Amino acid sequence: MADEVILLDFWLSPFGSRIRIALAEKGIKYEYIEEDLRKNKSSLLLQMNPVHKKIPVLIHNGKPIAESLIAVQYIDEVWNDKSPLLPSDPYERSHARFWADYVDKKIYEVGRKLYTKKGEEQEAGKKELIEVFKLLEQELGDKTYFGGDKLGFVDIAFIPFYTWFKTYETFGNINIEKECPKILSWAKRCIKIESVSKSLPDQDKVYDFIVEIRKKLGIE
Amino acid sequence: MATNDLKLLGGWFSPFACRVQIALSIKGLDYENIVENLNSKSDLLLQSNPTYKKIPVLIHGDKTICESAIIVQYIDEVWKNNATSSILPSNAYAKAIARFWVSYIDDKFFNSLRYGLFAQDDESKKKYFDELEEVLLKLEEVFNKLSEGKGFFGGEKIGFIDIALGCYLSWLKVKEKFTGTKMFDEAKNPGLVKWAEAFSAHPAVKGILPETDKLVEYAIAMAQGLAAAATAAPK
Repeated sequence: MADEVILLDFWLSPFGSRIRIALAEKGIKYEYIEEDLRKNKSSLLLQMNPVHKKIPVLIHNGKPIAESLIAVQYIDEVWNDKSPLLPSDPYERSHARFWADYVDKKIYEVGRKLYTKKGEEQEAGKKELIEVFKLLEQELGDKTYFGGDKLGFVDIAFIPFYTWFKTYETFGNINIEKECPKILSWAKRCIKIESVSKSLPDQDKVYDFIVEIRKKLGIE
Repeated sequence: MATNDLKLLGGWFSPFACRVQIALSIKGLDYENIVENLNSKSDLLLQSNPTYKKIPVLIHGDKTICESAIIVQYIDEVWKNNATSSILPSNAYAKAIARFWVSYIDDKFFNSLRYGLFAQDDESKKKYFDELEEVLLKLEEVFNKLSEGKGFFGGEKIGFIDIALGCYLSWLKVKEKFTGTKMFDEAKNPGLVKWAEAFSAHPAVKGILPETDKLVEYAIAMAQGLAAAATAAPK
């Protein structure tokens, strides 16, 4: 019986991008269903993620898996015949989970402050985001990828936020390349990988979308 | 004698440290239990967890592992031993479901409980405790589905979700003392009432969850500290 894999997603979502990268790395064929978050949530989304009502949701043979990092681990465990995304050693695995979780806790919420807040709150957000990137730079060290020689769990967790750098830099008035050059060179290495480049939205499109959002929220 | 060279930097008051203790207990592992004073963190803690400076931290030989859910999975994966002591399910989908609910518990349940307990005004308290009630209704549903009548979220034996939620029971008892209302509504959460009893009585759990009176004292001191900090904070 052929596997039926569906990804319920939104083009802009860094979380959805993680799952797209994982599926591409494994060469898994799937149906991509775009959920337009500006409209009412579809009945499929409400049925597949009744708890959080959020994308992305991976649906494998009718069974939903929500939360992007949980879905990526699921993909790695089920399609374990090629392109491992997590290390096989339990300690290395826990190390990867720790840093992917750090990315999850810190980047989206802090980054949001740069384009939705002003004044002190925005300043605090800027400072914190640079600190977060610097810590990640330290963790990367001299490795090619966070995963070592190949793309791994932390790379997949973090790289989608590269498409938000223009947004963070423009609204936050920061220069990520200047502050964290190793992060930029790491990101550029990642996007040379086909499974990454074809899974990420265009930086300019992300930026334009946020410009629209800010107008709607009345931020200027 | 710690033959496995295991140290836990934890605290009797911490539900997160308790999770690690229960996991180690399930696997029958000896370890050195170091109780941290959060007002005066040890150098070892600060060095072992420079990112968050929080407990628990598991030190296994020269390796350090942080974040309770990650530590529990590490323990489960290193000491695979046998099926009867496994904490996460072996099936990939069941594993994903367990991880999902532990993440939900650490987000929705934990935040409603702690913000409710330490809220400074009655309106906020009510808001958080109302949220907590909603979460408990959801968890009752999840319990009924996953336990399949066998007593635990993990089925016949305690699993990842049991450990994650079970370690909050002592703090739910603190809420009972603070508010005068039972931690679980027997009419709305009959499953969770039975589960809580079974969990607390489980051999791997006994002696690990803190005594309610001791934790109440600790919580009162915490609340006083938070209130003092709130009034002292510059406007």
